[in-house]
Amino acid sequence: MNALTPRAAEQFDDLDQQKHAASLGMWTFLATEIMFFGAIFLAYTVYRISYPLDFAKAAAQLNITIGTLNTAILLLSSFFIALGVSFIQRDKAKLASLALLLTWALGFVFLLLKAYEYYDDINKHLVPTAGQPVARMFYLIYYTATGVHALHLTIGLLVVAAMIYRLYRQQFSASYYTPIELTGLYWHFVDIVWIFLYPMLYLVGRES
Amino acid sequence: MTGTTTLRQLLTLVLLMALLVITFILAHVDLGLLNTSVGLAIAAIKALLVGLFFMNLWWSDGLHRVFAIAGAFMLAILFSLALADFLSRSWLAMPGSFP
Amino acid sequence: MIPTRNYVNADVSLRSWLISTDHKRIALLYLGAITFFFLIGAIAASLIRLNLLSPDGRLLKADTYNKSFTIHGVIMVWFFLIPSIPTVLGNFLTPLMIGARDLAFPRLNLASFYIYVVGGLFTIGAILAGGVDTGWTFYTPYSTMFSNSYVLATIAGVFVAGFSSIFTGLNFIVTIHKLRAPGMTWFRLPLFLWALYATSIILVIATPVLAMALVLIAIERIFQIGIFDPALGGDPLLFQHIFWFYSHPAVYIMILPGLGVISELITCFARKTIFGYKFIAFSSIAIALFGFLVWGHHMFVSGQSVFASMIFSFLSYAVAVPSAIKVFNWTATLYKGSISFSSPMIYALGFILLFTLGGLTGLMLAFLPVNAHVHDTYFVIAHFHYIMVGGMLMGYLGGIHFWWPKMTGFMYPESWGRAAALLLFLGFNLTFFPQFILGYLGNPRRYHSYPPEFQIFHIMSTLGASILAVAYILPLGYLLWSLRYGKKAGPNPWHASGLEWQTSSPPPTTNFAITPIVTESPYIYSAENGHFIPQGSQHERTNT
Repeated sequence: MNALTPRAAEQFDDLDQQKHAASLGMWTFLATEIMFFGAIFLAYTVYRISYPLDFAKAAAQLNITIGTLNTAILLLSSFFIALGVSFIQRDKAKLASLALLLTWALGFVFLLLKAYEYYDDINKHLVPTAGQPVARMFYLIYYTATGVHALHLTIGLLVVAAMIYRLYRQQFSASYYTPIELTGLYWHFVDIVWIFLYPMLYLVGRES
Repeated sequence: MTGTTTLRQLLTLVLLMALLVITFILAHVDLGLLNTSVGLAIAAIKALLVGLFFMNLWWSDGLHRVFAIAGAFMLAILFSLALADFLSRSWLAMPGSFP
Repeated sequence: MIPTRNYVNADVSLRSWLISTDHKRIALLYLGAITFFFLIGAIAASLIRLNLLSPDGRLLKADTYNKSFTIHGVIMVWFFLIPSIPTVLGNFLTPLMIGARDLAFPRLNLASFYIYVVGGLFTIGAILAGGVDTGWTFYTPYSTMFSNSYVLATIAGVFVAGFSSIFTGLNFIVTIHKLRAPGMTWFRLPLFLWALYATSIILVIATPVLAMALVLIAIERIFQIGIFDPALGGDPLLFQHIFWFYSHPAVYIMILPGLGVISELITCFARKTIFGYKFIAFSSIAIALFGFLVWGHHMFVSGQSVFASMIFSFLSYAVAVPSAIKVFNWTATLYKGSISFSSPMIYALGFILLFTLGGLTGLMLAFLPVNAHVHDTYFVIAHFHYIMVGGMLMGYLGGIHFWWPKMTGFMYPESWGRAAALLLFLGFNLTFFPQFILGYLGNPRRYHSYPPEFQIFHIMSTLGASILAVAYILPLGYLLWSLRYGKKAGPNPWHASGLEWQTSSPPPTTNFAITPIVTESPYIYSAENGHFIPQGSQHERTNT
C-alpha cells in the first residue's frame, strides 16, 4: 500500500466505498463495546438503587483527586487524537505523529496514576475481600469496571503506538489515513466510558 | 478551513473541561435526589460533545448516527426492563425477596 | 459442465484452503467444523436418551448425566445452532446474492473462523478434562461457588467463540449496506438476506452482554466473591437478567436464518413469487427487535417480581406476531402454486408445520399460570426442540441441499434426499412429541431418573432419537458420495431466480466474471409454466 497512490482492496469498487465500510465497521464494533460495558453498568445501577447509603459511604472513600485528574487527562488525550486525525487529513504527517504521541503519553500517565491509585486503595483496605458487605460489593464493581476500562485503554495504547510507527514509515497521507481515523474512534469511546464511570464511582456521597 | 477545525476542537475541549469543573463542584453540594441526575446529565452532555465534535457525528450521514445511537438504545431496553423487576420487587414483598 | 477455473480448484494446496480469505472457502471450513461439533453434541444427546430408557437412569451416574446435558447444550447452542446457517450459508451466499466479489472484510472473516475454532478447542478441552455440570445456562451460585467441574475452561471457550459471532455479524451488516451491486435495492434483496441482516443485529448487540456475564462468573468463581453473592448483598437473579438478555435474542439468532432459508425454498419449489415481500422483510427486523424485550419469560418462577413477569408475558405474545405473519405469508405463497416435493421442499414444509407447533407451545409457555406448572419440565424441552430441530435444523438441511449444487457443482441423489427428509420428520416427531406429554404430566428436566409410569414416553422418545440419528447420517453419506459420483449440476439446476444462480456452479473465485446488474425483484416465477425471470445478469437480460 503506497500512501501516495492508495488502491482499494479487491472487494471494494473504490476507496470511498472502502472508507465508508471501514468506518461503519468500527461504529458497529463500538456498539458491541457499549453493550459490553452496559452490563456492568446495570449491576452498578441495581445495587446503587438497592443500597444507596452504604454505596455512597464506600464510594466517598475513593481518591477523588486522582479520579478527577484522570478524567481531565483522558479528555485532553481525546482532544489530541482528534487533532491528530485532522492533521493527517490535511497531509500534515509530522504534526499528526506529534499529536498521537501526546495522546499516547497522556494515556500512559492515566494508567500510571490508576496503578498508584489501586496501590493506595489496597493500602487503605478499600477491597472486596474484607469489610462491610455492601462496601465490598461496591469495591468489586469498582475494580471490575475500572479494570476492564484499563484493559481497553491498554489496547488503545498499543494501537496508537502502531499508528505512530506507521506514520513514521510514511504509510499514511491525506489520500489514505483510515486506520488512524478508526483508532481515533476507538480512543474516543474509551474516553466516553470513563466520562460515565467518573460520576458513577467518584462523585457519589460527596455532598457535605 | 484548517483554522476552523482546530478551533472547533479546542472549543470542544474547553467546554468539556468546564463541564468537568462544574460536575466536580456540584458533587460537593447537597442537592438531595438531584445529585445523581445532575452528574449523569453532565456526563451525557460530555459524551455527546465527544461524539459529535471529536468523533465527527455532527458532519456524518444518518446511517452513522443510527449506528452510534443503537447501543445506547438497546442499553435503555436492558436497563428499563431489568429495573422494572428490581424496583417492583418490594410492591409484593415476599420472604427472601431482594433486597 | 464444471468451469475449468472455479473457487474449488483455483489452488488445491491444503495451505491455500486454510488461509483463504475467499468467503466460499471459509464457508466450507465452517461446514466441516460445525458438522464435527454437531457430532459431539449428538453423542451427548445419545448418552442422555440411552440413560433415560430406564426410570432409575442406571446407565450414567447422576453427575455424568448432568455433564451430558450440559455439554449437549453448550455445544449445540454455541458451536452448532448459532453459527450454522450464518457461517455456512450466510458466508457462501451473501456476496453472491448481492452481486459482490466478497464480504466487506475478508480477513476478518477468516479470523472469525479461527477464533471459533479456538473457542471450540477450549470447550473440547473442558470436556476431555472431565466436563462441566452446570447446565448450559451457568446459573449462579452453583456455577461460581459449588460446582466441581471445568466451568472456567468452558466459559473461556464460549467467550472466545462469542467474538467469532460478533465479527461475523459485523461483516454481514457492513457488506449488506455497502457492497450491493447496481440495481440491488433494499427491497430487491432476497428475503434470506433480510433475515441474515436481522440476525446480524442481534449477534452484534446481544453477544457482548453474554461476554460480560461470563466475565462476571469467572471473577466470582476465581475470587470466590461475587457480584451475584447474597453474602455481599448481591442477587443471583441479576446474573439471570444479564444472561437471558443475551440468551433469549440468541434463540432468534438461531431461528431467523432458518426462516430466511424457507422463503427461498418455498418460492422456488412452488414456482410462485412470495406473498407479502415487505411484510416478511419487516417481520425479520421486528423479530430481532422484539426479541430483545422478552427475556424475563425465562425467569417467571425464579423470584422475579410478578409485575415485571406480567410485562414480559405480554411482550412475549407480541413477539409471536411477526413469526406468525411469516407462516401466513408462506401459506399464501403455496396457495395455487405449482408445488414439487424436492428434498429441500420437504424440509421446508416440515419446517413450517413444526415451527408453528413449537411457536404455539411458546405462547402457552408465555402464559404465567401455565408456565408455573410446566417450567423446568420436558414441556419446555419439547418446545425449544420443536423450534431448534424441527425448525432450525430442517431449515439448515433444506438450505444445504438446495445450495449444494451451487457450492460443489454436483447434484446429490434426490431419492435419498427425500427419504432422509421424511425419515427426519418421522424421527423428530417420535422423539419430541411424547416430551410435551411428559412435561404436562410433570416430568422435570435435567433429572437423570424419573417415576416409572413415564417410561413408555421415554422409550418412544429414545426410539425416535435413533431414527433421527439415521436421518442425520444419511445426508452425511450421500452428500459426500455426490462429490465423487454425483451428476454435474450446471449453473441453475433448480431453475431459481436468485443472482447466485446466474454464475457457474461452483462459482469462480471472484463470483462473477463482471459485476451483474440487477433489474428485477426476487422470486419472479410463473406457476403456470414454471418459467422464471432471473434477478439480474452479467449479460443482456435473458428469459429462461
